Amino acid sequence: MENNLLLQINNISVVYSDVIQILKAVSLDVKKGKIVSLLGSNGAGKTTTLKSISGLLKPENGKVTEGTINYEGHNIQNSAPEIVTRLGIIQVMEGRQPFKYLTVEENLRVGTATRWGKPYKKDLELVYHYFAPLVARKHSLAGYCSGGELQMLVMGRALMAQPRLLLLDEPSLGLAPLLVKEIFEIIKRVNQEQATTLMLVEQNANMALQIADFGYVMENGKIVLEGDAKDLIENPDVKEFYLGVAATGAIKTYKDVKSYKRRKRWL
Amino acid sequence: MEFFFQILINGLSLGFLYALAALGFVMIFKSSSVLNFAHGELMAIGAFLFLVLSTWANLPIWLAFLITLAGSFSLGFIIERFFLRPLIGEALIEVIMLTVGLAIMFKGLMLFVFGGDIHSYPEFLPQALTLHWGAVEVPGVNVATFIVGLIFLGLFGFFFKYSSQGIYMRSVADNQPAAMALGVHVRRVFAISWAIAALVCAMSGIVIGIINGINVHEVSAIGLKVFPVVILGGLDSIGGAIIGGLIIGLLETFTGGYISTGLREVVPYIVLIMILMVKPYGLFGLVEIERV
Ligand SMILES: Nc1ncnc2c1ncn2[C@@H]1O[C@H](COP(=O)(O)OP(=O)(O)OP(=O)(O)O)[C@@H](O)[C@H]1O
Ligand SMILES: [Mg+2]
Repeated sequence: MENNLLLQINNISVVYSDVIQILKAVSLDVKKGKIVSLLGSNGAGKTTTLKSISGLLKPENGKVTEGTINYEGHNIQNSAPEIVTRLGIIQVMEGRQPFKYLTVEENLRVGTATRWGKPYKKDLELVYHYFAPLVARKHSLAGYCSGGELQMLVMGRALMAQPRLLLLDEPSLGLAPLLVKEIFEIIKRVNQEQATTLMLVEQNANMALQIADFGYVMENGKIVLEGDAKDLIENPDVKEFYLGVAATGAIKTYKDVKSYKRRKRWL
Repeated sequence: MEFFFQILINGLSLGFLYALAALGFVMIFKSSSVLNFAHGELMAIGAFLFLVLSTWANLPIWLAFLITLAGSFSLGFIIERFFLRPLIGEALIEVIMLTVGLAIMFKGLMLFVFGGDIHSYPEFLPQALTLHWGAVEVPGVNVATFIVGLIFLGLFGFFFKYSSQGIYMRSVADNQPAAMALGVHVRRVFAISWAIAALVCAMSGIVIGIINGINVHEVSAIGLKVFPVVILGGLDSIGGAIIGGLIIGLLETFTGGYISTGLREVVPYIVLIMILMVKPYGLFGLVEIERV
């Protein structure tokens, strides 16, 4: 394995409930210190890809049936989340899942689970430094925070674990454009200042490709396109299907543009 | 007036006993949504373990007490590991049936070993614990229950509110997948809640043993009292378990003292039903936060 590779997915297939095959021969590389974004329409298999890395497939009765996932010399396919997280991989799940009945600061403290007993004051300060609006909400219940505050909370919670590889699943979902911009700026800063490698799943392809170094496009459980982010942004297919700009420059149909307005099935 | 105070103090100490017992029940329900029907039997096991160690093995009381706590803690761990863990992910009813099965098995084992007679501990509470207050006399065991209850409830409150481990446990109760994604060891949390629950069960079992003597049927029947307590307080609220325990305890002693001993067991249930008509989730049960 090349030295600058942090994560290497080799030809994995993922099957739910023993019969429903979702991923077919997916391969992708994540280089150390980079931001890799994973794009694709609804149901393409992006979340499934992230879960197969973080070990969260198992509780959903999913399994990597073929191929390997290599992270720094460890084969982690089908490992339990408590193992994978302790290797430094943290997934921020789709749809912001706060601990509603815990305060904001207690939520952040759950992020120390992978290194229980170690000091965490500095990490709290760091999180409050990146996500200043959380400071005022410290002692209120997370269940009463706004969507923007929650996105900051779940990202901050993940940072508390001092991750080396952070998997973000649709951080922009349902947020106002200005806030989306702010969140993406923070993601970029975390990447640069903390040397955290990031994998970013997004519907907002434009934003994602602007901060990413490399991009993959998925469809029907396969990688259909990959390349440097700056090339993808110029790619006519990507432009048409994911950036909502047809060759003529007009938006084709709303169905293609992947609305972030869409409510998730379980929300 | 003195009579009133006597009853008040008896009621509070009985209330703390119920609260303590209910705490163990709430703990398991909160972390893993399991209703533990073997609760009373766990109390009886604790009471008998203490009996064996203090009377039969003649150990010093404090040592017998510590070993009983440690033993119950391990027993809780073992129950989770060998009986409940294989059922993770199965339907709720199967898990409930399992705890019912455990209850029957434990009861049978205890009947086999100890028979159906009443056993009793040696007198070990110092005379000085008995409070005299004019004509009011509060028995030492009530004072002890009061103190032990306060200490343990305080400790657990502190543990859940401030310690990291306590916060991890609450996170699992709140949103299990999210807790997993952050590396919280969910199975360990289940095991710890069973262990702590068995430990507080043993505590309350011993207290009952001191008050009433130890009899398999009686101790496990008192274990059933946790149901009105937790239903009143809200199945998932630790604070609610405490308040619920105190309310039921006070209701019982006041009914017994002022109305009739016969009604003592009934009135709490009547009040329970009236409260539930007004607050269906119990006094402190979680009302789903809807905003997210
Ligand atoms: N637990 C499961 N059991 C069976 N099928 C599943 C399960 N989870 C997801 N799927 C299916 O797998 C496919 C891919 O889902 P996935 O969530 O990975 O897509 P996605 O690219 O993240 O989509 P979205 O943009 O909507 O989040 C979908 O068809 C979905 O219905
Ligand atoms: Mg998804």
